[in-house]
Amino acid sequence: MDLNFTPEEEAFRAEVRQFLKDNLPEELTTKVRNGLEFTKEDIEQWHAILQSRNWLAATWPVEHGGPGWNATQRHIFDEERSLANAPTVVPFGVGMLGPVLLKFGTEEQKATILPRILDGTDWWCQGYSEPGAGSDLASLKTRAIRDGDDYIINGQKTWTTLGQHADKIFCLVRTSTEGKPQEGISFILVDIDTPGIEMRPIRLLEGGYEVNEVFFTDVRVPASNMVGEENQGWTIAKYLLTHERTGIAGVGYSTQALIELRALAKKLKRRGKPLAEDPIFMSRVAEIEIDLEAMRITNLRMLSDGGAMGTVSSMLKIKGTVIRQAINDLARRALGPAACPFPSEEVLGNLAVAPPEAANNAASYFNNRKLSIFGGSNEIQRNIITKELFMG
Amino acid sequence: MDFNHTEDRRMISDSLRRYLAEQYDNEFRNKIAYEAPYHDASKWAELAELGILGALVSEADGGFGGDGFDIAVVFEELGRGLCAEPMLANLMALRLYAAFGQSERVDAIIGGSERAALAVWETDAFSTLDDIAMTGGDKLSGRKTVVYGGNSADHLLVVARTAAGKFGLYEVAAADAEILSYAMIDGGGAAEIVLDNTSAKLISDDAADAINAALDAGRLALCAEAVGIMDVLRDTVKDYLMQRQQFGRPIAMFQALQHRLVDFSIEIEQARSIVILASARLDAEDRALHIARAKNLIGRAGKLVAEEAIQMHGGIGMTWEYAASHYAKRLTMLDAQLGDAEDQLRAVMELESA
Repeated sequence: MDLNFTPEEEAFRAEVRQFLKDNLPEELTTKVRNGLEFTKEDIEQWHAILQSRNWLAATWPVEHGGPGWNATQRHIFDEERSLANAPTVVPFGVGMLGPVLLKFGTEEQKATILPRILDGTDWWCQGYSEPGAGSDLASLKTRAIRDGDDYIINGQKTWTTLGQHADKIFCLVRTSTEGKPQEGISFILVDIDTPGIEMRPIRLLEGGYEVNEVFFTDVRVPASNMVGEENQGWTIAKYLLTHERTGIAGVGYSTQALIELRALAKKLKRRGKPLAEDPIFMSRVAEIEIDLEAMRITNLRMLSDGGAMGTVSSMLKIKGTVIRQAINDLARRALGPAACPFPSEEVLGNLAVAPPEAANNAASYFNNRKLSIFGGSNEIQRNIITKELFMG
Repeated sequence: MDFNHTEDRRMISDSLRRYLAEQYDNEFRNKIAYEAPYHDASKWAELAELGILGALVSEADGGFGGDGFDIAVVFEELGRGLCAEPMLANLMALRLYAAFGQSERVDAIIGGSERAALAVWETDAFSTLDDIAMTGGDKLSGRKTVVYGGNSADHLLVVARTAAGKFGLYEVAAADAEILSYAMIDGGGAAEIVLDNTSAKLISDDAADAINAALDAGRLALCAEAVGIMDVLRDTVKDYLMQRQQFGRPIAMFQALQHRLVDFSIEIEQARSIVILASARLDAEDRALHIARAKNLIGRAGKLVAEEAIQMHGGIGMTWEYAASHYAKRLTMLDAQLGDAEDQLRAVMELESA
């Protein structure tokens, strides 16, 4: 056993840290620290900064413009990114469609689409869930029917994250109703400005806007936009779900969030003393820290096995989201009644009911209830683990 | 023993439930709760007409209720209807005006023609009166933070230290103060109250006991509101599980989900019971202990119910459009009002070791 990173890995960490120090704009770190929404321009700027070093598409090989990192390097990058209060990379293009095309795409698809993801020409979003197909994704009904050289798509997608910024959407569509539901699904790429597509915002409970409904009415798409074979879509979707998911545990996020929480507890007072000296509150912080330390090692065990697959990644998703949500909960509770104001511009600006880095804590807590719902709810992750435990 | 409410209380509870269901639906509520002035003045007048404010004050003080169970039945219904009106603020103000014989104000508030709010907490000072720094006098200066209903009050009851080392209660005309109003994240209004050499009228130069009693009445009200909210969330989750089809059947068929709904139903019954106990002890010597216990349990049960209600709804429970998400938000945030579960735990531990 040796729990240390190698000297090469430590050197890599130092390189990442220096790059972030030199290149990360302060406006972005302020937004991360204060839990504020990013504009499209913010995210494009951040992606461009990373791509200037070929670091945007962390999982891509060098020949396609990625850094060619292994799982441990990706983990180190993610940890340093979090500790620097840098934004996450929006995953739909670089983290999801990219790997799919690299595995299942034609040479032409790779040549035309991948460079446009890297240089920010195309913003991709995801059309998976439907109103009647969430946890039971395979029951999806959005229909694509072949018509000459095209498919004609009709149906509705939902929970499309940041679709409001998107140029393109990759969708799972039903191309056959024969056999098992999983056997009639295809993976297809659609221009968002194709006639017949309508995007409608969904407002989230804390007041923010990041997900959308997407309606398809007789949307005509060239058959060459299909990725893989017709009816191979479920295999592709599963590949993405079991594909290397280094960051799924959110170790970096939670590490940084605990640092911020401890700093906040020093700043705030409870009953005339710093909250950081209050045993009831701080015992909760310590417990979460213990859980996080254990999960950090689970995560590293997974990395040294070459990456998270199947059950382990499901376990890390559950534990990781529980820890993140528990930290969000404490960050909100630390404020007492100062957590109550709706984070309008005025409240975030002049009113200063809470310190600026904490004024959004209640909204972040509510928004992050999504962590245990999206990307395969924690209930679905439990089903996956159950299957492995009893039938594996 | 008899766990039934009196007929008078059943009547007020029924009429309030009916009124809110008919006149204060979720769509209306969510519109007014987030736009200035963060409540609806005509609805307030109608609630006063229904006698809701009178129910919060004893007969001797000009109302027709005023004990713990009166407060509980009213606020349980306000919770069920997710009412965003500043009832908590006016409950506490009414208790204080009544305690100090200010019958003119009591009558005006009960009648709906005036509103008031209790301005007690300050930045970093929101657990006990000992935390408060503001000093009293003919003029007051300083800031009171997150004053519930401060956005819509005519009068502010301000707590400040007297020269004699006591806690004084002062009345400030809202028109004389700088009031920075905002919506709360769970709807309804609050305000920062900034006083700068602002004229104040002394109501009492030794008001600590009365203020703590009013705060405890407010805590009881929040606990009862939570019970009303939790009942709605349990029914909503149950209906959703039975109606939502995945994997070819209603998801209510999955035992993992059934048991989670059962677990939170058990906590709701615990919550209901401790609110009954606290209501019975509101005017007793051990009031403070019972109220702190109740609000601690409510804080814990409320967190479980709110988080599970969102989770078991999946994405729908995350949306603004869906009523249950607003109930879950209110249930979560009321814990932060007048001392959260941890604050109550500190209070319980102190009172029990005293």
